Amino acid sequence: MGYDEQAQRNDNAKTGTSAMHLIRGLQDKLARISMLALACFAGLLVLLMALGLYLRSWPILESMPLMELLLSSSWHPLKGEFGLLPFLAGTVWVTGVSIVIAVPFSLLCAMYLAEYAPTRIREWVKPLVDLLAGIPSVVYGICGILIIVPLIKDYFAPLFGSFSTGYSVLAGGVVLAVMVFPIIIHVSLEVFASVPYEVREASLALGATRWQTTKKVVMRRAMPGILAAAVLGLSRAFGETMAVLMVAGNVARVPKSLLDPAYPLPALIANNYGEMMSVPLYDSALMLASLVLLLVVLFFNVLSRLILIRIERGIQ
Amino acid sequence: MKLRFVEEKFFNLLMVVSTVLIVASLVAILVTVFIKGLPALRLSMITQVPKGGFYLGKEGGILNAILGSLYLAGGATVLAIFISLPIVIYFNVYAPERSVFVNLCRFSLDVLWGVPSIVFGAFGFTIMLFFGLRASLLGGIIAVALLILPVMSRAMDEVVKMVPRGLLEASYSLGATKLETSVKVVVRQALPGILTAVLVAFGRGIGDAASVIFTAGFTDSIPISLMRPAATLPLAIFFQLGTPFPEVQERAYASALVLTFMILVISIAARLLTKSFTKHVIK
Repeated sequence: MGYDEQAQRNDNAKTGTSAMHLIRGLQDKLARISMLALACFAGLLVLLMALGLYLRSWPILESMPLMELLLSSSWHPLKGEFGLLPFLAGTVWVTGVSIVIAVPFSLLCAMYLAEYAPTRIREWVKPLVDLLAGIPSVVYGICGILIIVPLIKDYFAPLFGSFSTGYSVLAGGVVLAVMVFPIIIHVSLEVFASVPYEVREASLALGATRWQTTKKVVMRRAMPGILAAAVLGLSRAFGETMAVLMVAGNVARVPKSLLDPAYPLPALIANNYGEMMSVPLYDSALMLASLVLLLVVLFFNVLSRLILIRIERGIQ
Repeated sequence: MKLRFVEEKFFNLLMVVSTVLIVASLVAILVTVFIKGLPALRLSMITQVPKGGFYLGKEGGILNAILGSLYLAGGATVLAIFISLPIVIYFNVYAPERSVFVNLCRFSLDVLWGVPSIVFGAFGFTIMLFFGLRASLLGGIIAVALLILPVMSRAMDEVVKMVPRGLLEASYSLGATKLETSVKVVVRQALPGILTAVLVAFGRGIGDAASVIFTAGFTDSIPISLMRPAATLPLAIFFQLGTPFPEVQERAYASALVLTFMILVISIAARLLTKSFTKHVIK
């Protein structure tokens, strides 16, 4: 009798622990499955976005050939003409100007921070560059309107004997360049850090100056990474919306000079959200514009990320 | 022989000039916003909603936009935490080491990081059309959550990666499941870094305008429901600047000062967090 009772109690204890085991195991399994699902969602989000935008832009792709949409420069939504060329050209101009300004400055700055600057200066400048990255684009836009636009209108344009309102390709490019600085500097710094220190020492030991070492040894090794940094900056400038919308002038014509106004693609999308539902095919055209933007940026990003991954592998 | 030392000096000078110029551009932005914004800043601006004719220069403030931005960025941050944290735990605790799937996901998130916010706005808009939603706080929250997802999850990933493997193994050997290990050991150990990631993402969410322009709409009242449109600070600045009245434009500068101040506080807090909050961290 006593023995049986004891066995019964033992059994109870066992089922108790095994039930708890079961629950804990089940929890673990559930967590694994839901986490995996979320990871899949995140991994597929880019494709999902492309698909969603493609489906929304399907009506206009069906009614007009893609080439005509991309290469025609007549933008008259009310007449059903949706030529995106002026906007594509505007984006290319503004992005081009910004990259021409941003790459030399940020590369030199990154070189200084990585190769020359004393630790104290580096520790001071790095957080400031990060801060620059955190400033909202609307604030960049305001500063563009307050500083860059008057500067171009009053000093730069008269210098070349021409007139400009200041709202121009150049203004957009300058503002974008400042926005792109932190990205290029950040990535370049990581790339410079990946160059082994011994390489520099070997070069210095041979009697090369610091600059010769930087130019011929470090830069040669870091070149693909610098390229990746520049391309990442380029793609950021390509899609930046609010700041450009505020300073580029927004005239739907292909710009012919730095002082002409431009109407970049992102600005077009942001500016017309109000009326797009009331004109047939208008929303579809804007979604096509977003899709074009997404695909171009994806191309640049995939390219530069692949380069950076190869560099990272090289270290390990 | 002499030339290379001249070259050295010359390029050294160029580098210093570039660095000074880049730091100066930050200073110029902050000083401009401060000088232009401060004279127009009134207490009523941050305690009142726009009254009738606000955009014509009449009485009122931007409380609607400040609260709208906080609600929107707050909601988006919470939503993004619920997506990012499990993903990051999956990457670092559950997935087999050197998993191709995890590397692909990381790559995809990196690429997503570069996608412009206006595209997130447009995508958010297509989602809303799909579900039959109108421009609302909820729509804005979804778009911004997707926008900050890559920022948050990659930043969290970097810190969770740093948790020493031995700590996890110690927990397993005590009989803990992976879930228990994740919640009680990994998250706790990486908490300061996780909080920093959250703050950085919050800052990005609050400052972004292009993704909410389609999705959250705009209104002059304080948002009271997820289904109603909500005003946001960046858009309020944009609209005030777009009016032809100097008084209203000056208010835009003041609003920009408020926004910049919020961003500064968030980034300084993020920086301080990295240093403190290390109570549970085993070194």
